[in-house]
Amino acid sequence: MGGFGHYLLSHLDTMRREFWFLFVGGVANGFLYGMVAVGYTLVYGVLRLINFAHSEIFMSGGFAGYFVMKAMIGPTVPSGFATVYLIVIGIVVGGVVGAAIATLVERVAYRPLRRRHAPALAYLISAIGASYFLFNLAGKEFGRYSISVPQPYVNHTVFTIFGAPVQLYYLVILIAGVIMFVGLDRIVAKTKLGRGIRAVAQDAETASLMGVNIDRTIAMTFIVGGALGGAAGFLFGLGTGVVFTMGFTPALKAFTAAVLGGIGNLRGAMIGGLLLGVVESLSVVFVQAAYIDVVAFGILVAVLLIRPTGILGERLGRAA
Amino acid sequence: MSDKIFDVQNVTLRFGGVVSLNDVSLHQNRGEILAVIGPNGAGKTSLFNSLTGVYQPQEGTITFLGRDAKPISIIGKKAHRVSAAGVARTFQASRMFSALTAFENVKIGAESHRGIGVLGAMLRGPATRRGEKTSDAKTEELLKFVGMTDKANVISASLSYGDRRRLEIARGLATDPQVLLLDEPAAGTNPSEKIQLTELIRKVRNEMGVSILLIEHDMKLVMSLAERLYVLNFGGVIAEGTPDEIRSNPAVIDAYLGSSTVETEERT
Amino acid sequence: MMMTIFQNLSVRRFLSSVAVVAVIAVMTGPAGSTEAPTAGFTGSFSEKSSFFGLFETIRWVPFLFIAVVFFAVWTLWLSRGEQLKGGVSKALAAPRSATQRRPVRWGITLVFLFVAIILPHVISDPFWQAAMVEQIGVYILLAIGLNVVVGFAGLLDLGFVAFYAIGAYTTAWVTGALPTPPLFGIHMDPFFAIPIAILIAMLAGIILGAPTLRLRGDYLAIVTLGFGEIITIFANNLYGITGGSQGTAVIPHFSLHLGPIKYLWGLTPVPYYYLTLVFVVLFLAAFSLLEHSRVGRAWTAIREDEVAAESVGINPLKYKVMAFAIGASTAGFAGVVTASQSNNIFPSSFTLQFSINILVLVIFGGMGSIVGVVLGAIVIQTGSMFLLHSPPAGYQPSDLYIYLGALLMVMMIFRPAGLIPSRRRRREIRLSEAGEGHADEVLTGEQP
Repeated sequence: MGGFGHYLLSHLDTMRREFWFLFVGGVANGFLYGMVAVGYTLVYGVLRLINFAHSEIFMSGGFAGYFVMKAMIGPTVPSGFATVYLIVIGIVVGGVVGAAIATLVERVAYRPLRRRHAPALAYLISAIGASYFLFNLAGKEFGRYSISVPQPYVNHTVFTIFGAPVQLYYLVILIAGVIMFVGLDRIVAKTKLGRGIRAVAQDAETASLMGVNIDRTIAMTFIVGGALGGAAGFLFGLGTGVVFTMGFTPALKAFTAAVLGGIGNLRGAMIGGLLLGVVESLSVVFVQAAYIDVVAFGILVAVLLIRPTGILGERLGRAA
Repeated sequence: MSDKIFDVQNVTLRFGGVVSLNDVSLHQNRGEILAVIGPNGAGKTSLFNSLTGVYQPQEGTITFLGRDAKPISIIGKKAHRVSAAGVARTFQASRMFSALTAFENVKIGAESHRGIGVLGAMLRGPATRRGEKTSDAKTEELLKFVGMTDKANVISASLSYGDRRRLEIARGLATDPQVLLLDEPAAGTNPSEKIQLTELIRKVRNEMGVSILLIEHDMKLVMSLAERLYVLNFGGVIAEGTPDEIRSNPAVIDAYLGSSTVETEERT
Repeated sequence: MMMTIFQNLSVRRFLSSVAVVAVIAVMTGPAGSTEAPTAGFTGSFSEKSSFFGLFETIRWVPFLFIAVVFFAVWTLWLSRGEQLKGGVSKALAAPRSATQRRPVRWGITLVFLFVAIILPHVISDPFWQAAMVEQIGVYILLAIGLNVVVGFAGLLDLGFVAFYAIGAYTTAWVTGALPTPPLFGIHMDPFFAIPIAILIAMLAGIILGAPTLRLRGDYLAIVTLGFGEIITIFANNLYGITGGSQGTAVIPHFSLHLGPIKYLWGLTPVPYYYLTLVFVVLFLAAFSLLEHSRVGRAWTAIREDEVAAESVGINPLKYKVMAFAIGASTAGFAGVVTASQSNNIFPSSFTLQFSINILVLVIFGGMGSIVGVVLGAIVIQTGSMFLLHSPPAGYQPSDLYIYLGALLMVMMIFRPAGLIPSRRRRREIRLSEAGEGHADEVLTGEQP
């Protein structure tokens, strides 16, 4: 008892001291997971399938951002308006490239199968093939080692929250994340495209009878999800650097986030992402850093065991 | 009190806000050919799915008195356990294992209740070989029973509707059931197939002693075949009785027979 | 009006041909780097090259030629396409009865076995002899194991490597090559590791599969994908147990001490070749009996229509977990063979690449078809070994994975049933495409 009690107390003490510090990092990560999770959830909503190639959409956004930053940032570190401008450019380019790759994946790996009414197993295998092809091709063309992205700012502490420093990088993710989520939420709730997505998610056959263009809706779903995934890839790359395999682990975690929130549910993806980010970050107190990825995997298995429909349940069709 | 095989008491089944079965109580006697009729959406297939463990009703009890009349509660049991207890069924749009032959379809039914025995299967030991022989013999016998011996090696997807119905009955019988649930067995069949089917269903009951519970839209078939009927409407039982009683029941005429549904369904 | 549409279609077909060939040019072209990210792309078209050995030219010329030929073949194919569309009716033709084809099958099997037996005496190159054991024999074993999961039960397992690693590390444990004390306190022969590895891999399969298989089929894919990574993390970081990234100590070779018979499998590949051949033949026999048994038919039934299968008394969960566990234990077994043959094992050899490689063998050969999977494994592994042995100009070993990924997509688009399809599988896919049957619907079906 004594030994374990002591262990627990000392860790709880660390937790008390480090909580806000870890919390801030967790929230930032959580936003990134959420952005990627949205891509899984949207595609799941309309096709009832996990898009295994989504990790490579994330990766392509990361590389696109890297090349843009490399081309635009000179020897001096930008500041002020230049920083804002560069970040916006990076997000837009990451998003556009992500959307382009997502469209390509949809056209090449999914659409021919939909035309033939292929069994579901075929989609999964085709998507795995696409993912594998893309990241290995990236490895060939861009080298197989990790490289850091030129920074559009000096990453300083902007303000502190309960004594924990909030760095500029986290602030960027936070602002970008909030804007994207609110925007997406509005798109799905209010626009014609959003109504189409919801209609297809609820019942594709009826939706097509009601005049919704299924092909177009599915393509747009991939574009929207791909744009968010690509933008997230850029933001992730800013902090961690880019490498051809960078998509794998974040995507697995984003999928966990999507399941945690309730796959097919947009707000669920967001909440799941934040929750996973924070829990994962706080778990550093209890487990060695090498096992962080194991924590996320444990959460995935636990959710599937205990509540496979997630916190908010599966319901893209019913509400945003 | 006669010998019951199915006893359904106050069953209510909901999907979200939609009530599919509302306080349904009914029973079937052993050896009886019982029919459940009602307009589309009355809850007939929901009732079937509740009786076979596919749906789990929120309220009420379903008791099945199978082999040795031992009472078994159906609610909470998975479909494969219900099948093992002695309830076989067919589906509205018949669901064959389409890529397999007629013979294989029936054989799967014949051998499903034995233990799994992977090791035996990999080594093909004497017990496994004996099991194969038994199932083959049983399958042949059942195909002969439904009159499909000549079509044993035909892929089931290329069979006619009438043949698929008969094959589905054979597959159900292969599981050694006490009761066979038939979900619109005559749908999509032509008049001569309908006559064959009626005879087959009677033969199943008379020669094999299997009780029959059927849902059917074809009134002529139901009235000639069933010994007793329940009428369902809006998820509830509105009438019960012999075919003659049902024909003259004003509530039934009002709710169902008076409508044009009967005419249209009969033509299909 | 009709004319312009027709032209449009042709133009689109031509542009698609050019795009496909351009992708192939990039895949086979020179590599780029982060410093020169466009070098790979531009080099793929502008590098000097020979026009099929006829004359010197620039790389895009032969590729444009290929694109034109490709376009021509495609157009020809389409013009006589109507004749080829009898798919469904062909799929529905009654199968030949088992007795009809049995003698032929036995004949072919014996020929193959004979070739396999004399092969190491024909091929004496040590590279190929080693490859026949490590890269072909063991991979066949793995592929027919994964075929039980993917082909027979219709489940997607993307973490097959995890069970292979479990088998290999179990061997290290039993033989005393790990920092932890061996299982029974004594250093045992790897032969004794076989039942233990099979058991542990099977248990791991059941623990992972049972909760996941209750859910939608594609959850299994992602959970296994994660599990494959987790196993590597553990192997890398549990220094005290696995030896960490340094790998294990020396794992002994198989040896046999039966009374007067004493035999030690040493460093030379040929004895291992025959041992692996025996294992492969045993597993092949067991799995083909399994396919045509009650269990195999139950898997087919579940794959085609889970609801109907349950209505005749088949418990889908039980059968799926069983398929998954059989696959896992086969991988565990292959792990024993590899561990003992290669002496050391390192966490870095158990990668996602490996799992996908095995999946490609199954998909290429024809999921569900044992003959197809074996031939697929031989073709692909021989091909990749050939690329390794005598690489064409500009080829890097990891380029292989690009080809394998592309192959998966191409197979799914053009020949989902594989090179030598299993009759049942091909029928299922054709029927599913014709809107009949419910093959693999499990994956998209809602939970009732």
